[in-house]
This record gives sequence, structure tokens and C-alpha cells, in this order.
Amino acid sequence: MRNFSYLRAQSADEARTASALAGHMVLAGGTTLLDLAKCGIAEPETVVDITHLSGLDHIEINDTMASIGALARMSAVADHPAIRAAFPAVAESLALAASAQIRNMATIGGNLLQRTRCSYFRDAAVFSACNKRHPGSGCAAIGGVTRNHAVLGTSKACIASYPGDLAVALVAFDAIVHLGDRQVPADDFFLLPENTPEHEHAFERGEIITSVTIPASPAARHSTYLKVRDRQSYEFAAASAAVGLEFEPDGKTVRDIRIALGGVASKPWRVRTIETALIGKVLEPALVRKAALLCMEGAVDHGANHYKIDLAPRVVTRAVLQLGGLS
Amino acid sequence: MTGTLNLKLDINGESRDVAVEPRVTLLDALREHLGLTGTKKGCDQGQCGACTVHIDGQRVLACLTLAAQAEGRAITTIEGLADPNGALHPVQSAFLEHDAFQCGYCTPGQIMSAVACIREGHTKSDNEIREYMSGNLCRCGAYSHIVAAVREAAEATS
Repeated sequence: MRNFSYLRAQSADEARTASALAGHMVLAGGTTLLDLAKCGIAEPETVVDITHLSGLDHIEINDTMASIGALARMSAVADHPAIRAAFPAVAESLALAASAQIRNMATIGGNLLQRTRCSYFRDAAVFSACNKRHPGSGCAAIGGVTRNHAVLGTSKACIASYPGDLAVALVAFDAIVHLGDRQVPADDFFLLPENTPEHEHAFERGEIITSVTIPASPAARHSTYLKVRDRQSYEFAAASAAVGLEFEPDGKTVRDIRIALGGVASKPWRVRTIETALIGKVLEPALVRKAALLCMEGAVDHGANHYKIDLAPRVVTRAVLQLGGLS
Repeated sequence: MTGTLNLKLDINGESRDVAVEPRVTLLDALREHLGLTGTKKGCDQGQCGACTVHIDGQRVLACLTLAAQAEGRAITTIEGLADPNGALHPVQSAFLEHDAFQCGYCTPGQIMSAVACIREGHTKSDNEIREYMSGNLCRCGAYSHIVAAVREAAEATS
């Protein structure tokens, strides 16, 4: 790992000012930045340590929303009784991510900024072509081993998948990312690769994430995060779904449903087409199975990741039927 | 802030001075600068858990923590686990009794992780133990004995 300078920020303003400087990168839990620095992908000249800042690790919840500070640890949110009660999909997405040690280190703000696990992106020594690392250099993944690559939201420049779990739940429940005074809907915070895969977030230099808020809703309260993967634990999703469901008083007609996918797309992937197809309908298995196929509209595989096109609708179906008490 | 950082680290209840480059991880500070080689370097990338230590009582990976970030926090390593009179920690004894290792390289990390896992209360079933110990890999495959050791130590301390 290349050497760097260490700056311990004493205030959020100092962190903003420092992080706007060339070569400066914000360091929180370290689980992404130090990993990528060891890979030679991140090359900070100065790391700006924000973990000693106070007042950014709150977890507050009331009848209308939850507010989670950017420095709250994944484990603290996953284990928080009120989050588990009002936003089970959010708590589950965190509990099923990474390992117990990493969840104790990684922060909510840093979690949103984690980078793709594309092995071509991560291996600069062997693969020089990566538009995310070096714009214009090409994409070594296209034509390579693509089992973990995205089938939705890709471009000719990049087929990397977004690896996170939390953001999938946040996108499903219309969370807001707070960058100081500026607020960005979680769905808009993550950018499609298009021709500029190096730009991953709606985020300017000199901004830091300060908190995330999630509106409370009956669908968020009755929600789940289903994660299917190659091994049972400590693994990224092959396909995952954050689903929330609210019935009409009849207990069978869908009043509100939220669905977002992980592990299959270049960003956390809200699937409003399925939501629209199910709202107002009586929930029953054949309907759900058919509607779930809509999540793969426009999907493009690159060989080894073709299985995701079959898998994701099944994951959606299982999660919806479980929530609806139909499985 | 370039060059060398002079840090004061609280390790196993002792204040230790160490002078390191900013990039030095807590793992390398422990092993290369402070002679505490019980904490192991496996993958050095946050994937194997061999470097698990406790910071302020919580299990973390020393390979992805800068030494500078650990300043002012209470660090516990495998060397600080046994009683000062030499009596082993109950989890250490359980690992011996259940033969919960083969080569032993992952063992300090497994034990540090298990102590925290028990303290967190994530030992209500074998499946829960497996889930909450999944960040510690054992290439010898001693998993079934590790689960048995954690289960017994959890029962002994409850």
C-alpha cells in the first residue's frame, strides 16, 4: 500500500474542506478504502479520518421516519430494536451483509459508497482495461468471466454490478441521502454507468454524507430482505430482493408494494413495473409469478451471468409470497 | 501529519508508544512494531478473520484498521485474553477440549471472534453460531469442532 498522510478531522466542516482537496479521501470504517488501497485501486495522498467526529452516529426513529447518522455502524443499525420493528428489510439487509467484524467497523455512509466487486476492476495489475478506473481504457469484463456481473443497467463501457444490500432496501422505501443541507433521493444517488462509469454517485467533491432518512410506512413495517448467494453467509448476493407489502383491510388486496433488487444491476434496482402490476390486485401465486418476470425487462446477459435472469424473478416471487402469507 | 505518527495505543490494559507511518495498519503495528504476534495475518484484505481483535469490546479486523484510528480506544488481542495468573479464558479452554483447530493459524482470530459472539448473545443455536462466526475462515475445515467449542463456552458462561 502506497504511503499517505493522515488527517484526523475535528469537525464536519474541516472534513468537507479537506476532502475537496486533490488527493484527499475520506476514511470512515476503512473496510472499502483500505482494502482498495491495498489493491492499488485507491491511491489517496491524504486520508481524512472522520471516525472521531461526534454527533454523526445517531439512530433516531419516530412515527414518520428513521434518521440514521452516517457514522452509525452497520451492526448498530442491524441490531436496533426500533429499526427491526419498523423497517425489518433494512435491518435484515445489514445483518445479512459482510461479517460480524466488518459490520462492527463499516459505517452507513461508507456502506453506500462501497465500490463494485468486479474482479477486473479490483485487479489493476493484470487487467489494465477498466473504464471505472481509467476512463476510456475499455472493459475487461466484457468477454471475460461474468458470473457476478450485472444484467440490468449496464452499458458498453461497464457491466459491473452494485454489490451492496442496504441501498437496495433504502431504494425500495424511498430513503433520502443527506449531504449536509442537500438531500438526494437514494434512487437518484446511485448513477447508471452509461458512458461515465467512473461517476458512481450524485456527489460532489467536498460533500460528505451526514445521514440517511427513511420514511415510515405500513409497507416498510411489513417488509423483508431475501438474499440468495453461492454460499450461505459472508457472500455477496447472486440476486436479492427488498420487498414491502401493505394489504387493504380485506387482507388480500394489495394497497402498497415496494420491490427493489440487488446483485443483478449496476445500481440498486427499484422495480416499479411489478409494483404497478400488483397494486389493487388480489395477491395470489400465479399473478405474482407472472408479474415478477417484469423485473428482467431489458436484461442483457454476458454468458456466465445468464442465470440471474432466471433467478431474480424467483427471488422476487418467493419474497412476495412469504410476506403475503402465501408460501 | 506526514512522515511518522507517534501514537499511544491502549493494548490489553497497557499504554504502548509506537512510531509508525500513517499507512501502517493496527495488525502490522501489533506484529511488527510491538512484538504481539498472536494476532495473525491471513489474507490482509478483510476476508479471513485471522486478524480479529477487540476495539472497545467489539470484534473488528486489525488488517483494515489503521493504527492511527485505534488511538484512544481500548484494544484487546489474544495475548490479553487469559487471566494474568495464566488461567485460560473459558473459550480458549473450550477450543483445547474440543480440538477446535488443526494447524492453529486461524485460531487466535476464531477465539477473539467467539468471545465477542458469545458476549453479543449470538449463540442461541448452532446455525446462529455458524452465521455469526462466518467471518472467520478455517482452511483446515475444523468448523464442526469450532461450533462445538463455541456452544460449550457459551453454555458455560450463561
